[in-house]
Amino acid sequence: MNSEILKLLESDARLTAEQIAIILDLDKNTVVNEIAEYEKNGTILGYKTIVDWEKTNCEAVTAMIEVKLTPQHDRGFDRVAEKIYNYPEVKSVYLMSGAYDLSVLIEGKTMKEVALFVSQKLATIDAVISTATHFVLHKYKDTGILYDAPEIDERGNYNG
Amino acid sequence: MIDYSKVLSRTVVETPKSGIRKFFDLMNTMTDVVGLTVGEPDFQTPWHIREAGVQSLEKGKTYYTANAGLAELRSEINTYMTRRFNVSYDPTSEVIVTVGGSEAIDIAFRSVIEPGDEIIIPTPSFVCYAPLARMSGGVPIILETKFEDKFKINPEALKAAITPRTKMLVLPYPNNPTGAIMTKEELADIADILKDTNIIVLSDEIYAEMTYTGNHCSIASLDGMWERTIIASGFSKAYAMTGWRLGYICAPKQLTEQMLKIHQYGIMSSPTTSQFAAIEALKNGDADIKMMVDEYNRRRRYIFNGLKSIGIEAFEPEGAFYIFPKIGDFGLSGEEFCNKLLYDYKCAIVPGNAFGNSGEGFARISYAYSIKHITQALERIEAFVKTL
Repeated sequence: MNSEILKLLESDARLTAEQIAIILDLDKNTVVNEIAEYEKNGTILGYKTIVDWEKTNCEAVTAMIEVKLTPQHDRGFDRVAEKIYNYPEVKSVYLMSGAYDLSVLIEGKTMKEVALFVSQKLATIDAVISTATHFVLHKYKDTGILYDAPEIDERGNYNG
Repeated sequence: MIDYSKVLSRTVVETPKSGIRKFFDLMNTMTDVVGLTVGEPDFQTPWHIREAGVQSLEKGKTYYTANAGLAELRSEINTYMTRRFNVSYDPTSEVIVTVGGSEAIDIAFRSVIEPGDEIIIPTPSFVCYAPLARMSGGVPIILETKFEDKFKINPEALKAAITPRTKMLVLPYPNNPTGAIMTKEELADIADILKDTNIIVLSDEIYAEMTYTGNHCSIASLDGMWERTIIASGFSKAYAMTGWRLGYICAPKQLTEQMLKIHQYGIMSSPTTSQFAAIEALKNGDADIKMMVDEYNRRRRYIFNGLKSIGIEAFEPEGAFYIFPKIGDFGLSGEEFCNKLLYDYKCAIVPGNAFGNSGEGFARISYAYSIKHITQALERIEAFVKTL
């Protein structure tokens, strides 16, 4: 298990196996095989692009929904979580400690669309006791990436 | 009208501007340049260190410190030097906190140089040594290091450069711009030559944390060398704290006592906010250094391999964050190569002769940049080299 390969790919999924091999001082075939293995065993679940949708014409809203549940016999929260995460508009579902049980991240085109999803689909699930919807107004930083800070290299003002 | 040529100090007027500056000015007239020119970390100062600086301001710690620096900071510097490099200094009398490593170098020169004293300066090296030595009345004696020697000091060449007037040897390792280091064994050969002399070593160890093939060895840790060595170092590179302007001197008290006078009258004390931040850096910054050095090491391998695959010869750098490839093989002078690369391919690297004549035919490439940025630059260098 080489967590360095995973960390590198997590920071930039477009690095080639050859580049990774040089950076980490490994054999190229080792890197190719390890990545293949991670893909096969589900350690690597996919490769995605991080898009700042605010910079596009596409309308999109994100909401974080706190969901309180009654735990169910046998399966605790798993069954309800499954019901919720199967909706395609749900981007993530986390089981939480603290004041509520599930944190559900939803993306929709408009606030209305998200509100309808919550009232018609989420709130109607039997085990759901209550929901609190928080709309994301602006993303400052997501998955380690700053959204606003322009990457200007301000160095190079001295003469060494 | 006043005739300024009659007013100005001749020594200063005759001091040339830094060759790097010239190149930077040129670069700044262009847009979309991918540069590998910068000699400072691309990391920001770790947050907990910045926070310590901010907290000191919030608590109103805006006074001057003792001339030599905060007692706690000097004590932490000694602890750090002992822990990392096995050299110890009395924090109350043998450590001075300076305004960057540059002031450390300056006061070291000024405390020992008498007019006409010879200062042996290996080149290629950082641009400040010869001008500062000259402004102190010294005579720089350039000791050219060679690609074949991996830009280390050749003991025989050193012996040949020593005269009865030799006052000091500058030891600039890990080296900017070549990435060369000197190992314990190699330093022992230098120590053998200096042991029975009155020559003082000014060991510029600002890049001491940036070594990739073993721990840095300070010449002061070798037998008989502590008493004749001044260590100049600082926080800029190790902790990515360039803008805080904080460095230090470690040396026997007979030397620091005199240096402190220059610092006291010329500077008073180093920035207080920076000193509080530096205490935090020394106490809790080891993990930050490791993270940054690991990252530099990856880039070092990446750029070394990248240049090799383009067909540019370079020796594998073992320290600092520069690589010094031999670009003279392409039939252009170093400056022509760099200018053409800049104008035609919008990629900037610094001509090696900015760091001394022995840098002719080479260029300094900094890898204090992201892999993505380095990749872009390598693509441009490759496209250019293909046309030659």
